[in-house]
Amino acid sequence: MIEVRDLVKRYGENLAVDHMSFTIEAGKVYGFLGPNGAGKSTTMNIMTGYLGPTEGTVCINGHNIMDEPETAKKSIGYLPEHPPLYMDMKVSEYIAFAAELKHVPKARRKEEIERVIARCGLDKVRGRLIGNLSKGYKQRVGLAQAIIGSPEVVILDEPTVGLDPNQIIEIRDLIRTLGREHTVILSSHILSEVQEICDEVLIIHQGRLIAQGTPAQLENKLGAPSLEITVRSASENAVKAMLFAVDQVKDVSCTVRDGEITAAIKTVEGADIREQVFNACVQNAIPLLMMRPIEFSLEQIFLKIIRDSAQGAEKKRKIKKVIRVPVAGSAAPETESAVGPAADSGTEVQE
Amino acid sequence: MLAVYKREFRSYFQSMIGYVFLSCVLAFIGIYFLSFNLLGGYPFYSYVMASGASTIFMFMVPILTMKSFAEERKAKTDQMLLTAPVSVTQIVLGKYFSMMSIVAIALLICSLCPLVIATTGNSYLATDYATIFAFFCMAGLYVSIGMFISSCTENQIISAVLSFIVLIVLYLWDTIVGYIPETEFASMVGFLILTLILSAMIYAISKNGLLTLIIGGAGIAVDVIWYLVQPSAFAGLINKVLSIFSCNEIVDNFAYYSVFDFGGLFYYISVSALFVFLTCQMIQKRRWS
Repeated sequence: MIEVRDLVKRYGENLAVDHMSFTIEAGKVYGFLGPNGAGKSTTMNIMTGYLGPTEGTVCINGHNIMDEPETAKKSIGYLPEHPPLYMDMKVSEYIAFAAELKHVPKARRKEEIERVIARCGLDKVRGRLIGNLSKGYKQRVGLAQAIIGSPEVVILDEPTVGLDPNQIIEIRDLIRTLGREHTVILSSHILSEVQEICDEVLIIHQGRLIAQGTPAQLENKLGAPSLEITVRSASENAVKAMLFAVDQVKDVSCTVRDGEITAAIKTVEGADIREQVFNACVQNAIPLLMMRPIEFSLEQIFLKIIRDSAQGAEKKRKIKKVIRVPVAGSAAPETESAVGPAADSGTEVQE
Repeated sequence: MLAVYKREFRSYFQSMIGYVFLSCVLAFIGIYFLSFNLLGGYPFYSYVMASGASTIFMFMVPILTMKSFAEERKAKTDQMLLTAPVSVTQIVLGKYFSMMSIVAIALLICSLCPLVIATTGNSYLATDYATIFAFFCMAGLYVSIGMFISSCTENQIISAVLSFIVLIVLYLWDTIVGYIPETEFASMVGFLILTLILSAMIYAISKNGLLTLIIGGAGIAVDVIWYLVQPSAFAGLINKVLSIFSCNEIVDNFAYYSVFDFGGLFYYISVSALFVFLTCQMIQKRRWS
């Protein structure tokens, strides 16, 4: 569907996109995830033909966006970060203009405009000036402009930024339904959003693609789930001793607050030790106040991957020849150290 | 292209600019028509076009063209146009023709005036309409310059002011050139300055010091050596060269001498085409830098 190869964009000295390559397949919802200034918008702007790349190619359905821009752009609908709206036009006029601009055949134009208006819930505001609409409605008008003519790919740059929670939910629902008919690529720096909507996540940091996979795959990268308990006890060591006595416990780290001890327990992969922990507490007469399994959120994955890649870059500078070997089970716990330097999913072997 | 054209044309009447442009232009030309033709009893409408209309166009064309690309860029609506399946040339031409349509509306209304003169006695319809046509071509040049300047900036005010400055220099060109002395030495110095300006432009575009040095050095050498060898060739030469850029002279040929200046019309159309082309290049350039 979309092939991006070795994309580089340089603004003077500044490298906005650094050799990015990926493939977008039809029928999925993709999420570009990255902090502000990571190069998400620039990548999208290049993919849609708004900007020219310094190096590299973008092919859409086999058409290079540089060589055959008009053919390639036909399969793309784009909603930039700031919706490209003419404030002095009425909603219906604007959508009619978009339809004509995107070469929707005249015979189908009226029907297509009605479809898009219904789809984006714009019927109530069709006669109003765009400049007078609320931000949520403006975003919908922008979305309507992107999906008119039913392009195969819809690219949305931060579609929920600046909306109130209600509007965010509405837009997300709309995007989810769009995912049934179109291939959708959206960018966001909000992790929960990407986790909720996307089938596949591409994590972008400092212009580079540093990880790609389904949210579940990315979670697996962090290793086994773990357990967090809170107990009432005076002695941290007693709690630690008790927990280490339980089978399959690999690591425990405690924090003490107001006579309550919160312990994060890392277990062997796939182990369920909830009952054993409960029994151990009963035997040791330590009151168990809370117990919950910890699942990794994309947020932690994100931070970890970014730190890993930053560390990787630093180590590369220090040690010349390093091979990274992934080690099974060297998972990171969900405490402070989860993203700390100790938790590295790879081991370095010096040649 | 048609979609851009229609939207652009409509936008001039959705905002005030279209009305302001038409009303100011027509009111000003109307006053000239009233005093020259109706009250003064002068039968040539072409005089009104050559003197009155070209003055008001110098002021009003920048207002017409200022928003064409600057506003799109500021409001980021250019992202919609440039990611749609239309080429940059189509976008630029759509906008250019929409502005020319507004100019055409003004001139069509002006075209009624010679008929008014004809009802009262002597009239020179051929001269008048040929002048209106030549004026339309000159307005095409003004609009293309304004549009190009608008594509260089995202600030409408800067766009309008710069366009106005360029148009006023163009308007006063003959007078300015007239102040340059016709001596041989003055011509030589004039060419030196032109060479330096050209070199600065080459450097600004290419950022290549060596290329600039070679072209600039060669220009200066040719200029000085030729002057030393054959000074008589330089007498009044710079004035001749610079007066090529004179723009109002062509409309004056139509209006005052009833000459149908084909060469002049070709000049208007080709320079307009050049600026339309430069506008396209400016927009393409921005995608790559």
